[in-house]
Amino acid sequence: MSERLIFEYSSPGRTGYSLPESDVPEKKIAELIPSRLLRQKENRLPEVSENDAVRHFVRISTLNYHIDKGIYPLGSCTMKYNPKVNELVARFPGWAEIHPFQPEETIQGALKLMYELRNYLAEIGGADEVTLQPAAGAQGEMTGLLITKAYHEKNKQSHRNKVIIPDSAHGTNPASVATCGYQTVQVKSCANGLVDVEELRKLADNQTAAFMVTNPNTLGLFETNVSEIARIIHDAGAILYMDGANLNALLGITRAGDMGFDIVHFNLHKTFSTPHGGGGPGAGPIGVKKFLSDFLPVPQVEKKVNKAGEETYYFDRRKKNSIGKLHSFYGNFGMFVRAYTYIRQSGPEGLKDISENAVINANYLLASLKEYYTVAYDRTCKHEVILTGLKQKAKGVRTADIAKRLLDHGVHAPTVYFPLIVPEALMIEPTESESKESLDDFIEAMIKIANEVDTDPELVHSAPHSMPVGRLDEAKAAKDLNVCYKG
Amino acid sequence: MPYVANTDENRRQMLERIGVGSFEELLKDIPEELRLKKPLNLPSALSELEVTNLMRELSEQNKSSLEYVNFLGAGSYDHFIPAVVDQIISRSEFYTAYTPYQAEASQGTLQSIYEFQSLICQLTEMELANASLYDGGSALGEACLLAHYHTEKNRILIPENLHPLYKRVLKTYVSGQGLKLVEVAHIDGQIRASAVKEKIDDQTAAVVIQNPNFFGVLEEDIEEIEKLTHSSGALLVMVCDPISLGILKTPGEYNADIVVGEGQSLGNRMSFGGPYLGYFACKREYLRRLPGRLIGVTTDNRGQRGFVMTLQTREQHIRREKATSNICTNQGLMALAATVYLSLLGKQGIKKVAELCLQKAHCTLEKIESETGFKRKFSAPFFTEFVLESPVAPKKVIKAGLKQNLLAGVDLSQFKMGLDGCLLVAVTEKRSKAEIDGLVSFFKTQSQPVSKVKSESKGEVTV
Repeated sequence: MSERLIFEYSSPGRTGYSLPESDVPEKKIAELIPSRLLRQKENRLPEVSENDAVRHFVRISTLNYHIDKGIYPLGSCTMKYNPKVNELVARFPGWAEIHPFQPEETIQGALKLMYELRNYLAEIGGADEVTLQPAAGAQGEMTGLLITKAYHEKNKQSHRNKVIIPDSAHGTNPASVATCGYQTVQVKSCANGLVDVEELRKLADNQTAAFMVTNPNTLGLFETNVSEIARIIHDAGAILYMDGANLNALLGITRAGDMGFDIVHFNLHKTFSTPHGGGGPGAGPIGVKKFLSDFLPVPQVEKKVNKAGEETYYFDRRKKNSIGKLHSFYGNFGMFVRAYTYIRQSGPEGLKDISENAVINANYLLASLKEYYTVAYDRTCKHEVILTGLKQKAKGVRTADIAKRLLDHGVHAPTVYFPLIVPEALMIEPTESESKESLDDFIEAMIKIANEVDTDPELVHSAPHSMPVGRLDEAKAAKDLNVCYKG
Repeated sequence: MPYVANTDENRRQMLERIGVGSFEELLKDIPEELRLKKPLNLPSALSELEVTNLMRELSEQNKSSLEYVNFLGAGSYDHFIPAVVDQIISRSEFYTAYTPYQAEASQGTLQSIYEFQSLICQLTEMELANASLYDGGSALGEACLLAHYHTEKNRILIPENLHPLYKRVLKTYVSGQGLKLVEVAHIDGQIRASAVKEKIDDQTAAVVIQNPNFFGVLEEDIEEIEKLTHSSGALLVMVCDPISLGILKTPGEYNADIVVGEGQSLGNRMSFGGPYLGYFACKREYLRRLPGRLIGVTTDNRGQRGFVMTLQTREQHIRREKATSNICTNQGLMALAATVYLSLLGKQGIKKVAELCLQKAHCTLEKIESETGFKRKFSAPFFTEFVLESPVAPKKVIKAGLKQNLLAGVDLSQFKMGLDGCLLVAVTEKRSKAEIDGLVSFFKTQSQPVSKVKSESKGEVTV
């Protein structure tokens, strides 16, 4: 089934808005603005009724798979349940209807929330100071790398131009490295899926600016040698950066700062339950050790207490070495409200419980599926597990086919073909929000597909069969490029 | 904890299948010395009722625009949002989905982004738009990086009257590539072609023009600046308030190469500065360097129309260190709000909103000038925002305004732009005649010059 484009509902003279007539005396536009500064072409926006627009957007919404419908086990995306109370409170006018340039005395609640949230995150990550400003994980990476750069420059070490990353890293890592003007040096993973410490030792030198690593790594494995890694990197005079995409495994169990990381980023849209929104908004705060605090973006929210004991929150801009600003204002504030609500509702025990169950759920999938799919690294995993479709590929069915066939079974597919070092990878992150029953349904679907590969491979090849559209032709989309309605 | 479903019995069964006796055994790969020995030092857990009350109380420590009449702008605007917008973006089908990695299970998201791209092209008269960036400032950063990669040149001319916070974000964004930002001074609030001519050279990658500019003023030399820019081999990058394009000459008509801006005005709440969305549109020739996601039309194996992410080889997850940008997660839900907003307003509505803003702002300024001691700073044409010279220190005016439930304007002293003693005032379509009259009467009470206005700043640039 397909739904028309909004433009295909358009009819001249139809309106979907209701705006007041002007209650002030109007002048001719030409008297206010010279006509050469005005639009010459009539705009081409559609003309639709409100009802048609509502139906259109509701109809296309039903074509989506989403967390509220079922398990969404995209690895490294942490598609956990998005609590409804977060949505309720984030819409309170005291949060939603405040302007970024209001005087501080009128935004004390917002400033207090930001102050406390940054301190909660610092405690969770073992960091000394956190900035909430980066709008997503990738912008957090960029922030961390620019801080690294500013730090080295301050110490007359600007010749350091290399950033080491593991071959299993997220694509954003090398892209952020390049954006910041650094070169990427790749370090191999060992046969056990962990960073090759001996190779790292050889690579780390006085040209190294930083080592960026995800922990648990993108294979779902804890970097057991992290203390040794920290020694190597710090001995080389470089910064140790933790990509916090997989923090959902570690809450209340261990902390980036305690492992020796100088910088860590948090994804509020992963670990702290803020909705993914069909591709954002996210929020990517970063935490740093004290020696890097002065490089953080400004402004920072601080608190002062007067003699009477009254607390006031204010914007502080006194960071002499600040890298500047990443966001036009203070970051994705609406996400701060949701993450704050989640942390307050969870409390310290609740957060630990989240990680424990995330880890149990992933290991349960590993134990239940290893008979049917090859396991990339057959050892205890943390919050996610990497299976491969190698057995199935040998029978002529690709991992992409398995992913599409899962959609027919009513579940979203895992991340596929990533990490790049695992051929035919199926990267599965169930999160703590899935019940055992939900996991059992997923396991059953995976086993059924493994059987279908033997009994009816064509069924899997040609999947999906029950989705609103069948297999889509990606090559055609690129070849006959149509990215803008011409009408 | 309501968000974890496993019971103790479930966990026992699961650990048994895993083949371990306890959860602790699953942590054997985390060295003992790294394990947290005590609970996190965080406030203890709250029930839903308690957390709702807490969040309500905390939110009530802020004064919202429901209580205060808002004349603030400077990149975030109190526009009217039709009820439909929140209803649609509150559907879990949209907000609990993620990046459409599995196209067949994400047609709703994909189609809405395709419509977003198309609406942005229609509004700006450009050929191509992406699926959104973080906000106006970072979109400008990405635009200048594109210009640098495309021209292989390092100088960016930026106008002095560019939003000062976009300037700061831009500076951060291009610092990694070592680009040089060269400021072009304004004369009476506008950038003159002659000033651009003086600064432009064959090493210039881009000329940035904001229209309406940070002072709300319309630029009048864009045609000439466009010729200068292109004849020296640079790209013309425009920064535009999308609402203004309901009536103002568009970047496409000015032959701009790239247009970016803040999309908050299109159906998104002010929300203390975020989440917003950056929009990014350009000429087709920059397609291969476009940052961020792009959705295209295709067909499925049954011959039906469908939508997919396309030209992904530009992006970080494929191209890695050779990607055109590091952006991954963008501002999908905010782009959806903009899509719904633009669909509802449509051809007539966008004009009407822009005209209401224009009329109300002009009426407000006329009354202020005739009835109060506040004076217009720049005489050039403007859209919906204007700079006032205040007879009293802006800080005092703003403080006094609060007592009358007025957010009277943004104090420009804080930006170190040579506009100490000035206020930036925005009037959207939401402001009624009564509210405008209230502002004017308030300014009357603030019109007695006290002593010489002193600069409040101490040498630091704000925000």
